[in-house]
Amino acid sequence: MTSVSKGSSAVSTTEPAIEVRALCKSFGSNDVLKGIDFHVDQGEVVCVIGPSGSGKSTLLRCVNRLEEPTTGSVMVEGVDITDPETDLDKMRTRIGMVFQQFNLFPHLTVLGNLTLAQQRAKKRGKAEAMEVARRNLAKVGLAEKENAFPSQLSGGQQQRVAIARALSMDPDMMLFDEPTSALDPELVGDVLEVMKQLAREGMTMMVVTHEMGFAREVGDRVVFMDGGVVVEQGKPEDVLGNPQHERTRSFLSKVL
Amino acid sequence: MKPSTRRRLFQGVLYAVFVIVILVVVFLADWDAIRTNFFNLEVAAATFPEIVVIAAKNTVIYTVIAFIGGLILGLILALMKLSPVLPYRWLATGYIELFRGLPALLVIFGFAYAIPIAFQWRPPGGSVGAGLIGLIVVSAAYIAETIRAGIEAVPKGQVEAARSLGINPTWTMVSVVLPQAFRIITPPLTNELVILIKDTSLLFIAGLALGERELTTFARDSLTSLANATPLVVASLLYLVITLPLTQLVAKLERHNKRGR
Repeated sequence: MTSVSKGSSAVSTTEPAIEVRALCKSFGSNDVLKGIDFHVDQGEVVCVIGPSGSGKSTLLRCVNRLEEPTTGSVMVEGVDITDPETDLDKMRTRIGMVFQQFNLFPHLTVLGNLTLAQQRAKKRGKAEAMEVARRNLAKVGLAEKENAFPSQLSGGQQQRVAIARALSMDPDMMLFDEPTSALDPELVGDVLEVMKQLAREGMTMMVVTHEMGFAREVGDRVVFMDGGVVVEQGKPEDVLGNPQHERTRSFLSKVL
Repeated sequence: MKPSTRRRLFQGVLYAVFVIVILVVVFLADWDAIRTNFFNLEVAAATFPEIVVIAAKNTVIYTVIAFIGGLILGLILALMKLSPVLPYRWLATGYIELFRGLPALLVIFGFAYAIPIAFQWRPPGGSVGAGLIGLIVVSAAYIAETIRAGIEAVPKGQVEAARSLGINPTWTMVSVVLPQAFRIITPPLTNELVILIKDTSLLFIAGLALGERELTTFARDSLTSLANATPLVVASLLYLVITLPLTQLVAKLERHNKRGR
């Protein structure tokens, strides 16, 4: 008994957190992803950049199967996400996701937003869910807002609540889908600060972003996508500072 | 003529017409007949307290039963109409189109008379029960369409957020989508309720016993027995006493909901 459980836990640490192979995704006749190979190691922060329409958000949404891949495989911690036999709801509790539009539940208070999934999906008791929620709310610096409704918060505060909501599920990794794109410029900093702290704590992160400063400072690896393929990837200073491909250079010249 | 003069002249004409019409009505109307036949206090007094403790009470009870029944059946139909299972969608669509296209009176006839005759089966609650089933069946068709529209008006991101947190489809519907959908449809749903209050008057054709009479039936019986129209006026006022606070309440709820959204 003991030896078996030890063995299985040792295996899980060596596996990549996310491993995507030959992933294609079409919407009708529109091929958005054309054979993507991509991975995120445990504890790694990978920033995905690229022009709009390059398929980077679709790639991220395929990781927790918000989008159904057309062909190819998506493995999360060694589990095939595309397999119909996979308990998708259980896998999703291990994959935190943060949206561009926050998507907080407007009819619930901040605390309600943070405890709902804990109780419904993780079957935690109310007391435990509240405790976890308060801890994560303090972490994003919004402890005093627990009884506010989302509509009473600024965009930056809403996004931090959304991060705390995802963290309250104790996920193994976090997916960020352009988390600062819908924010007023002066509110971006607070959200990025929370994400930086998460990265420092060793959280596995896949971040689709237009924040090149964040990618350079926090990213372990930067992946540049264009036209549904990965054009180039590598250390932030290499991809952002010394891009090898013309498409990367042309994109960076527009955004930097 | 200057435009401002013309505008003033036109307004003057409008006021003059108004005053003339009022004067004609005041002088030509048979005020005595109106007072004794429609606003006869003695007749009004004779309808009390039964018109409140029996008729108005029954109207409220029938409305509540029909509305709750319509909500439950309407919710089931709305969920069927949004179901990924094709036959469920067909069934719900067929039901909704059928009963929105039929007069409520005809459906109530069916449940009160046709079904008991055909199958030797009386719905629970006797004639009132049969009539109420008819009301529920019809109102559910309208309520189903309202609920479906409300569910579809909840942003897709809400479902994605809930599902990405690992909440299963059923709980996503119950805890995230439906609470928001019902906020969105509170105004049209209240319209359905107000329409139902008035439609309980159709129950009279099911044949109501003395103690089962609602406002309209009661007023009509009093009209016949007292040979005076005052009971209709009293019943009208009682309908307004029920419906007006309701529309006020909705306005208040809407203001409250704005904060939560």
